[in-house]
Amino acid sequence: MSEKLLSVQDLHTSFFTDAGEVQAVNGVSFELDPGEILGIVGESGSGKSVTAYSIMQILADTGRITGGKILFKGEDLSLWTEKQMQGFRGKNCSIIFQDPMTSLNPVFTIGDQMREAVVLHTERRGAEADARVMELLELVGINEPAKRMKQYPFEHSGGMRQRVMIAMALACEPDILIADEPTTALDVTIQAQILELIQSLQKKMGMAVILVTHDLGVIADMCDNIVVMYGGRICERGTAREIFYNPRHEYTKGLLRSIPNVNNMKKKLVPIAGTPINMLNLPKGCAFCPRCDAAMKICLTEIPEELVINEDHKASCWMNVKAAYEEVAGQ
Amino acid sequence: MGKYIIKRVLLAVLTVFVICAITFFLMHAVPGGPFNREKALSDATIAALNARYNLDKPTGEQFLLYMKALLHGDFGVSLKNGREIKAVIGESFPISAKLGLSAMVVALLLGTVFGSTAALMRNKLPDRLIVFFSTLFTAVPSFILATLLLLVFCIKLQWVPVWSATSHNYFLPVLALSAYPMAYITRLSKTSMLDALSQDYIRTARAKGVSRFKMIFKHALRNSLIPVITYAGPQIAYIITGSMVIETIFTVGGLGSKFVSAITNRDYTMIMATTIFLAALMVIANLICDLLYKLVDPRIKYD
Amino acid sequence: MQLDLSKFSPESFVPATEEEKRQQDVMSESTTFFKDGMRKLFKNPLAVLSITLLAIILITIIFAPMVVPYRYEEILSVNGKRDKGAKNLAPFTYSEMEQKYIENGGERFPHIFGTDEMCRDYFVRVIYATRISLFIGFFASIIVLIIGMLYGSISGYLGGRVDLIMMRIVDIIYSLPDMLMIILLSVVFQEVLHFASGSLLDKLGTNMVSLFIVFGLLYWVGMARLIRGQILSIKENEYILAARSIGAKPSRIIRQHILPNCLSVIIISTALQIPSAIFTESFLSFVGIGVKAPMPSLGSLANSAREGLQSYPYKLIFPAVVICLIVLSLNLLGDGLRDAFDPKLKR
Repeated sequence: MSEKLLSVQDLHTSFFTDAGEVQAVNGVSFELDPGEILGIVGESGSGKSVTAYSIMQILADTGRITGGKILFKGEDLSLWTEKQMQGFRGKNCSIIFQDPMTSLNPVFTIGDQMREAVVLHTERRGAEADARVMELLELVGINEPAKRMKQYPFEHSGGMRQRVMIAMALACEPDILIADEPTTALDVTIQAQILELIQSLQKKMGMAVILVTHDLGVIADMCDNIVVMYGGRICERGTAREIFYNPRHEYTKGLLRSIPNVNNMKKKLVPIAGTPINMLNLPKGCAFCPRCDAAMKICLTEIPEELVINEDHKASCWMNVKAAYEEVAGQ
Repeated sequence: MGKYIIKRVLLAVLTVFVICAITFFLMHAVPGGPFNREKALSDATIAALNARYNLDKPTGEQFLLYMKALLHGDFGVSLKNGREIKAVIGESFPISAKLGLSAMVVALLLGTVFGSTAALMRNKLPDRLIVFFSTLFTAVPSFILATLLLLVFCIKLQWVPVWSATSHNYFLPVLALSAYPMAYITRLSKTSMLDALSQDYIRTARAKGVSRFKMIFKHALRNSLIPVITYAGPQIAYIITGSMVIETIFTVGGLGSKFVSAITNRDYTMIMATTIFLAALMVIANLICDLLYKLVDPRIKYD
Repeated sequence: MQLDLSKFSPESFVPATEEEKRQQDVMSESTTFFKDGMRKLFKNPLAVLSITLLAIILITIIFAPMVVPYRYEEILSVNGKRDKGAKNLAPFTYSEMEQKYIENGGERFPHIFGTDEMCRDYFVRVIYATRISLFIGFFASIIVLIIGMLYGSISGYLGGRVDLIMMRIVDIIYSLPDMLMIILLSVVFQEVLHFASGSLLDKLGTNMVSLFIVFGLLYWVGMARLIRGQILSIKENEYILAARSIGAKPSRIIRQHILPNCLSVIIISTALQIPSAIFTESFLSFVGIGVKAPMPSLGSLANSAREGLQSYPYKLIFPAVVICLIVLSLNLLGDGLRDAFDPKLKR
């Protein structure tokens, strides 16, 4: 088996606040191949963004990886020093954030900020660096790059700013691009453009992409593989096809049910009952149990183990174990 | 941008004019005229004053003539000693200016350094010490601090000589005058540095692989200075009024102490002229600060 | 299958009841904004300390004059005779006349802070000075609050042209030098104003009136801007739109929705305004246009203590310490309130 680009094994990340320990990520494992597009989907508070930040180790001061491994090309990132991470960030792995409005420094020009990314990790300086910046801006579809370089972030629209963020992230041709809710803060029409851009850049440059989002529609179009998260744990993971056509976790089923279907306007919307989980006080058993229609006694007390459904699909839900049990019992 | 500057300048001019008017008409609201108060004035002096200040003319006209004289640099004469006020201002203002500017620079530099240090070493010993002292010094009125400094260092310990015509020692006066603004700026820059460090663009910089040092001193610092510069205007106002106190206590012969003695002696012409001078100074300083501020923060729209 | 199915039994797969599910779902306590803020405030040791200090000071200045038999303007006398020897006594000492009086069996309340240069008990004077300074600070803040709130809410709520003009006026007022105006007014008013003898205003003196007038004319602009800013941001909020769409009247909207949101800003601002007023009064006393004698204020006491500082340092220290304590407590309280109640602060 070829070496995985990224292998996250049983990751645990917590935030230590005045109110107590918030266990944001509780035992997350997945893998990433070179050039693969992976989607991590979940609602707010599911731990998807924290997982991404743990990989880059850009957690807030109160956050810490408390367990597990993150193997990048075989080496465990969680053991690296800050200096080693600085070499990793922006060069091997880049990230673009949700809100391009606040993610760019308002008092520096676009050119300054992009030049910084180039100068940090390559040997280019001066005019060479500027040339590279303009090249990158053109790559993401920004015209008049020379003019734009001298402008400030506030002089651009949200869509433009996100393009700049993408350009900055790709400055050093990283192996992995993490996109944390890249379109949530943008208008719908711009959303499509940005996603298309990411897709075409991926084809051109061949990097792996981790797309973190709560929007199933975004995931469906782009991703090879999907990871569904809830309450800091993985519900199920597999190829896009498997997840969409053969969901094996109650939460995923709920998500898919609640998507409005344009072709069937008469059908009533079926939301998932209840409210998102309180991460300060995780339940003993399955995190989704309180909101689950199919909850069983075992769900209350035991965290579901991950079951292999088939080669392309793994799920952590007691319903699958029940099905297997009944199958065996029925024989 | 040009239009904006013109608008602000016009507003400043208008403000100064309003101040002159208020000052003038208030002074002349004293019944019997301020100039007849002192019985000690000889008739000759009174006659000279009447002529100089056109006191026989109607008030409105007096005002216009006074304004005209002002614009020509004629500030009038002191009631107490008959000296040309212009000369008094001329010799005492440079001292006050030196004192005030030094205090401002000290307050700004040290305040920013202390505040940023406190922000960076949050909840550790340097932070706690800095917070303690800055909180303390915003609670001590300047005249108490100045008096204590004078008592301890000039009189009891005699480490610093008292101000005299020959020995101009600015150290203690600058220290006393800069204490409050320095403490205020320390607290202000700590808050704004903490605020800047929590912004998304810092996270972006970190994600690009920027070193911690650069993150703080390049990305955060510039943003954190913006509120501090905004404070520059009120700081100037404080320095001007504060200098009255400091100069009096340390017996520095600056314009501030002259103003205070004018008040005590009811030297109305001096009060009037100095008020207008200081007020105009404040307005101009505020104007310059405003324009500078727009330069530093590119986000400000020129309305 | 990778799992060992033998460890499961049929009971495991029985559906869970609603009750059991609810027990799993531990939500955090819901509290109101106010309760949450108060809880945070009382967790803050500095805030608690300042509240305690202020309470102690308030209790002292209310009850001490009932205990101490001297009056603030009273020149000490023994058996009806003026006691000239009671000048500048150190704390807890007696003058010669007083000592003789005590030897002869009389009772004399101790001079806790000593006496001043006019043979008056200093402790009582400091108490009254504190009262006056606090009163001035408080009253000035109220003026600022009322005018600022009215102006700011009208300007913010009406918006448009009216708001524009009102804010231009604020700009001009903002650039007027307040201290100079106070000095000017005080100097003029001293000659011009006369109050009924014995009334509070007369005792305070014309200078304080000028202070209040200038506060009323100039100092409210900061508060007005703050309130207007709050109202503008709240106006955009959807729940105002919601209230209007169900037909609520503007005044009701202001009362029920806007003011509670402004409340925290108002309280914090007022708490910080009082020390500012006290400082202003101290400054005026220093320049010689403070509260009218014999009424003491902390500023004027500190100022008159400057003469004879070397011999009687305690005369400066007592009022200085009281000023610092009051201002410090109010500043710390203001900070604590801001930390606890300001929703903009990310915690």
